[in-house]
Amino acid sequence: MKVTFPHMGHIWLCVKTMLEYLGVDLVIPPPSSKRTLALGVRYGPEFACLPLKLNLGNFIEASALGADTILMAGGCGPCRFGYYAQVEHAILQDLGYRYELVVLEPPERHVGQLLSRIKVITGNNSWRQVYRGVKLGYQKIRAVDELEMAIHRLRPRETIPGSADRAFLEALREIERASDLAELAVAQRQVKEILKSVPTEERDVLRIGIVGEIFTLLEPFANLDIERRLGRMGVEVDRSIYLSEWVNDHMLFGLIKGLRSRRDACRAALPYLRHFVGGHGQETVGSTILYARAGYDGVIQLLPFTCMPEIVAQSILPVVSADLDIPVLTLTFDEQTGEAGVVTRLEAFVDLLERRRRGRGRVRQEGTESKRGLRVTKA
Amino acid sequence: MVKGYLGIDAGSVSTNLVFLDEAGRIREALYLRTQGRPIATIQTGLRQLAESLPPRVAVRGVGATGSGRHLAGVITGADVVKNEITSHAVATSTLIPGVQTILEIGGQDSKLIILRNSLVVDFAMNTVCAAGTGSFLDQQAARLGIPIEKFGEIALRSRSPVRIAGRCAVFAESDMIHKQQMGYDLPDILAGLCEALVRNYLNNVGKGKEILPPVVFQGGVAANAGMKHAFEKALGLEVQIPPYYNVMGAVGAALLAREKTVRGLPSSFKGFQVAQVDFASGGFTCDGCPNTCEVVEIREEGRVIARWGDRCGKWSGALAERKTG
Repeated sequence: MKVTFPHMGHIWLCVKTMLEYLGVDLVIPPPSSKRTLALGVRYGPEFACLPLKLNLGNFIEASALGADTILMAGGCGPCRFGYYAQVEHAILQDLGYRYELVVLEPPERHVGQLLSRIKVITGNNSWRQVYRGVKLGYQKIRAVDELEMAIHRLRPRETIPGSADRAFLEALREIERASDLAELAVAQRQVKEILKSVPTEERDVLRIGIVGEIFTLLEPFANLDIERRLGRMGVEVDRSIYLSEWVNDHMLFGLIKGLRSRRDACRAALPYLRHFVGGHGQETVGSTILYARAGYDGVIQLLPFTCMPEIVAQSILPVVSADLDIPVLTLTFDEQTGEAGVVTRLEAFVDLLERRRRGRGRVRQEGTESKRGLRVTKA
Repeated sequence: MVKGYLGIDAGSVSTNLVFLDEAGRIREALYLRTQGRPIATIQTGLRQLAESLPPRVAVRGVGATGSGRHLAGVITGADVVKNEITSHAVATSTLIPGVQTILEIGGQDSKLIILRNSLVVDFAMNTVCAAGTGSFLDQQAARLGIPIEKFGEIALRSRSPVRIAGRCAVFAESDMIHKQQMGYDLPDILAGLCEALVRNYLNNVGKGKEILPPVVFQGGVAANAGMKHAFEKALGLEVQIPPYYNVMGAVGAALLAREKTVRGLPSSFKGFQVAQVDFASGGFTCDGCPNTCEVVEIREEGRVIARWGDRCGKWSGALAERKTG
C-alpha cells in the first residue's frame, strides 16, 4: 500500500509526519503546478471548482510515482467538496487508475470514529502509536502555522527583499526534519533563531485580513501567492483559517484549548447570517467583522469560481463593509494563470487603503482643530 | 524652457502619452493604437511627443500605467509605475473636483471607481469576460461596415432601441444578427447594443454599488455618444465626459510622477532618445519545474534589462539582485 493525498498548503507536512511515524509508505504528489492544473482541467468536469481540478491532477501525478491509495477528507455539504472524494475516485477509475479510497469524514459522534478510519491506513499500529503519530503531526502543523504567522509580520518589514521568504523555507526544513516531539522542540528553537536573523525595521504597515474558502486560502498555487505578493507590497496579512485551527475544530472537537476557533467567527456573523451555508461562508462573514473590530485596514475574500458558500458570503459582505466601515475586495480564482488582473486589483486596493489611512490622519488633525472651534469635520 | 511631467498609459488597445506642465496643465496628449506592438508604439509616441514639444524641454518625472505599465516603465525609466485604477482616480479627481463616480470603459476592461471626499472608497473591474468593452464595439462596427467614430452618432438617431442580450459577447452578437435579419433599423440595433452593454456593465461591474453624481464617463468608449446616452437613461443622472476622456490614465500617471518627484528627486527618465534605442522582447520557457513558466525578457541594445513571468522569482529575482549587488 502506498498512500497519497491532495495538496492544500502545508498539509503534506502534517500527513507525511503522521504516516512516516507509523511506518506507512506514502507518495507526496509533486507540488501543484501548471501541469497538475492542466491534467485536472482536462479530466475534471468543467463546472467543478478549482480544488477538484487540482486534487485530480495531484492524484494523476502521484499515481505515476506509485501511489495506490488515496487518503482524503470528506464532508456532508452543502459545499460540493463533501462529494469530491467519490467523484474524483470515479473519474480516476474511468481513466484506468486503480486507486483504493479512504475518506476521512468529520466524526459525527466522537473522536474514535476518526481514529477508526485512520486505522484503515495505519493497520497493525497500536492505538498508542496512532495517537502519538497524530499528536506529532498536529504539533508540526501548529509549528508551521506559527511560522507562517511570524513570516506574515516579517515580510512587510524586511530590509532585504526576499530574506523573509528564504528564512521561511529554511525554517520549514527544520520543522520537517524533526521525527519526534523532542526533536520538534529543538527545531522550534532553531526556527526562532532563523526568524531573528531576518533584518527588519519598524514600519507603519497596512494590515489586511484574508478570508474565504479554505483551499483557496491555504494553497498558494491556487491564490497566485497572494500572501507573498501582499507582503512584498508592504502589507501585513492574517488569514482567517490556519490548518491547525481547522483540524482542531473539525477533527478533534476543539480538544486543544486556547486556539482561535470557528465558533468565534460564527458568533460574530450572527447579526448578518444565522445559518450554516456550507464551506466557510459563515466564517467569512464573521471573520470580516472580527478583522474590522481588530482595526484591520481592509479584508480580501478569496473564492474559487462557482463556490456557493462564498457567493452567499460575498452578497452579505457589502453590508458588513458599509456598517463597519472596512473596505472589502473579493477575488475569484479559476484556472487562469494570468496574474496581471489580480496584481492590478491588489495594487489598487492597497493604494485605496493607504490613501484612506492618510485621509483619516487628515480628518483626525482637523478634528482636533474643531475642538478649538475652527471647523467641524465628520469622519 | 518648458518643464513638466510625462504620463504613459500602455493599454491593450491604445497607448496614450501626455505631457503636463508644472502647473498641471495638459500641454500635449497623444492617443495611439497599440496594434499588438507595445514597445514600438511607446517609441512612436515618444518621438511624436518630442517633435510637438518645444526643443528645450525638461522632463521632471515620468509615470507609467496600463496593462503594459511594467514594460513602459523599464523602457522609459519611469519614476512611478501605477495601476490603472489609482491613475484614473487621481486624474479625474484633480480635473473634476468633487467627482463621486467614475465609469471607465477601455479596450479590454471596464472599471467603476467610487470616490467620496476625493478618496477612492471602492472600485470594481469586469471579472469574467470582456463583453461590453471597446474591442467588442470595434468588432461589431467592423461587422456592420460602419466606422467606429460614426457608431454613437447613428445610435442617437434611434427611436425605439431593440432589446439585445448583453451578458455575453457571443449571445449579443447572435441576438444582433437575429434582429438585423428580422429587418430592424440599424440605429435601433446600435442603440439597443449600447443599452445592453450599459445594463451588463451596471450588473456586472456596478453590482449594486452606490452611484452618486457627479458621474464622469471616460476611456476610449466615452467617445461613443450612444453609450453616454444609454448610461444617462439607465442611471437617470447627467453623465459628464471630461475633455481628455481618452487619455485620463496617462494624465493620472503624470500627476503621480509629479507627486513622487515634487520633493526635488531627480527623474530616472532615460530621455526621448529611447525612441531610437533598439529594444527587443523575447522569451523562453523555463524548465526548472512543472510550472513551465513563460519568462519574458526585455533587451535594450542586446542587454537584458528586465524579466518577468516566472512564478518563483528565479529569473526576475536574479536580475534584481545583480542590480542591487
